[in-house]
Amino acid sequence: MNLLTVSGSPHVHADQSVRKIMFGVIISLIPAMLVSFYFFGLSAIILTLTAVVSCALFEFLIQKYILGNVPTIGDGSAMLTGLLLAFNVPSNLPVWMIIVGSLVSIGIAKLSFGGLGKNPFNPALVGRVFLLISFPVDMTSWPLPQSFSTSLTDVVTGPTPLGIVKEGLKKGDALTDLMQQVPDYVNLLLGNMGGSVGEISALALIIGGLYLLFKRIISWHIPVAFIGSAFVFAAVLNFANPEAYVNPFFHLVTGGLMLGALYMATDMVTSPMTPAGMLVFGAGCGIITILIRVFGVYPEGVSFAILIMNAVVPLLNKAFKPRRFGV
Amino acid sequence: MKTFKIGGVHPEENKLSAGKPIEVFPIPQKVFIPLSQSLGAPSKPVVKKGDVVKVGQLVAQGEGFISSNIHSSVSGTVTKIEDYPGAAGYRSPAIFIDVEGDEWDESIDRATDLKRECLLSPEEIVARLKDFGIVGLGGATFPSHVKLMVPAGKKPEYLIINGVECEPYLTSDHRLMLEHGEELMVGISILMKGLGVTKALVGIENNKPDALSHLSKLAASFPGIEIHPLKVKYPQGGEKQLIKALVNREVPSGKLPIEVGCVVNNVGTAFAVYEAVQKNKPLFERVVTVTGKSIPKPANYMVRVGTLVSALLEHSGVNPEEGMKVIGGGPMMGKALTNIDVPVVKGTSGILVMPASASKRMAEVSCIRCSRCTTVCPMGLEPFQLCTESERGFYELAEKDRILDCIECGSCHYTCPSGRHLLDHIRVGKAAVAKMIRARAAK
Repeated sequence: MNLLTVSGSPHVHADQSVRKIMFGVIISLIPAMLVSFYFFGLSAIILTLTAVVSCALFEFLIQKYILGNVPTIGDGSAMLTGLLLAFNVPSNLPVWMIIVGSLVSIGIAKLSFGGLGKNPFNPALVGRVFLLISFPVDMTSWPLPQSFSTSLTDVVTGPTPLGIVKEGLKKGDALTDLMQQVPDYVNLLLGNMGGSVGEISALALIIGGLYLLFKRIISWHIPVAFIGSAFVFAAVLNFANPEAYVNPFFHLVTGGLMLGALYMATDMVTSPMTPAGMLVFGAGCGIITILIRVFGVYPEGVSFAILIMNAVVPLLNKAFKPRRFGV
Repeated sequence: MKTFKIGGVHPEENKLSAGKPIEVFPIPQKVFIPLSQSLGAPSKPVVKKGDVVKVGQLVAQGEGFISSNIHSSVSGTVTKIEDYPGAAGYRSPAIFIDVEGDEWDESIDRATDLKRECLLSPEEIVARLKDFGIVGLGGATFPSHVKLMVPAGKKPEYLIINGVECEPYLTSDHRLMLEHGEELMVGISILMKGLGVTKALVGIENNKPDALSHLSKLAASFPGIEIHPLKVKYPQGGEKQLIKALVNREVPSGKLPIEVGCVVNNVGTAFAVYEAVQKNKPLFERVVTVTGKSIPKPANYMVRVGTLVSALLEHSGVNPEEGMKVIGGGPMMGKALTNIDVPVVKGTSGILVMPASASKRMAEVSCIRCSRCTTVCPMGLEPFQLCTESERGFYELAEKDRILDCIECGSCHYTCPSGRHLLDHIRVGKAAVAKMIRARAAK
């Protein structure tokens, strides 16, 4: 009598794996990556590569030598964290700083909580915020884009469009004058502006986001709620006083809003489990982003907004249960 | 097109044997007829060692409200009645018969002509189904006469006939609808009469257009029977999902379909009802799909109950291979057999063979909280949560999170990118919660 394999049902499995999901997200980030390489040149490439390699390496070393686990870098999640971390910092950030950021992302934000799936906060954003509060000058000196250059030194730095508006309004400049100083909407959409490596081109990010939706890696709930609530909130402010509050469309195409709404907030591990929870989570992210941008000290608030909402996820999971059958 | 609303998945259909007409499987030399073939109490043997039996003769009597009679599927001599390991490996009593010839009980009408008129009263129909050992052939093997006995205060409105066959690979119901459509319609009419309803709705997924058009044509001459195409989605054959799809009613948690005025029967059952009522033929054979990507001749056989699975495999050209998986039923809800020398029973809808290379599960990794299990759960549960609660023994929490609503369709495990053994743990949790509730009630 031959030995039979026995297991519980089901006996077939969808063609899915964690690795497929992670590499799906990495593929969807390629358009934004190409745009950043075009505008920021070699420095963006070096920074991105360093972050990806150091995140993977830290994950491997910590799992193997400190935790004594079988390393799981093959699933691609550490590389994705590295990619997203690099996308969230200026391209001229000193390389050693991105290595420190990678260590914080992987070592503190991810592995100290138990690794993939168990971290409450988005690791790339924890790394970014750590860098922002530790190295505020380097983290807020933005190289202005120039068509592909291999120069590593002679970059011109300047504020981001959000920074121009924030500082100008603080000094009492008229909003209409300030809007003359920022790129027009076509350039904003394409990404021809100062900003972090991967956040500049709303268009490239939207293309990648559509790919994620098409591949069903993310659902529409978080991005739509995030972008929609930010837009509505900004529109209400703008309607109340157009002299003091900028056009809501400006908020959508500047800073990290698209990157945050499509990639950072939709991180499966740190977002809610039900559609209703996702909508509330996304709306919270959008509203807090605009609150920080308009009333806070920082010109940009996407990272803080998402991290704050990450902390609310367990509550949202308790509050919003799926619609039960027959109840 | 109609379907159920919450959750669902689309596994590859792989209906390899859909084009294969039902073949009569050769009568084996001996049969093992288990005494426990339906939900409820095992039946009590009424024959003893040395007795000579005919095809269709009563060999075991149902005892208790939920139990059913069992009839001999062959003619021959009873050699012994003793424990034998069943599909799951548990030993339970079975009647062993050595076959001699093929002599049928005289009362069985073996002519193939269609008998449309049913002269029995509803009470007589119920009694006939009980006497003739008719049980649900969709897989749950619930005694059919019990389904027709509507509890006081409840009023049935619809007879729902399940022709969905949403399990991948299986085609026995599909072939039955194509080849025995008329008998099926008469069987449905008899069930309607027995139940006292004027409407029967037959749900068939639209991946079986031939069965849909065939039965729709026949339905024209059977008043009250409607054929409904359904959008392909697993687990539409689950009775709660089917009722939702057809009449848009939700069976309340913990209740039976009669609560929303429905009684659900499988097409295979309706055919067995026709044979029992119109042809005096007890349930001792059924259509079994033998299939799998690696087997040379996927087929649909009319098989006598008690025939060994190993005989079916041999007939289909399967070379037993170390590490292969043989599944009783479909790939989503079927049970992996521990032994291929087990008999076909009333509930065996198919035998699916998976080669060793396809029978292992993928490696299990951490849950990444992708929420796919929650999205696909047709009962609106949170499988990831129920799994953890069961693993940790948090049964009170699992009860509160409605673990007993789980229909074990396996959509969660099917869809999980981390390969979590969600349903394994949930099954353990369900058993523990049910035990906990019984203990509480006993206090």
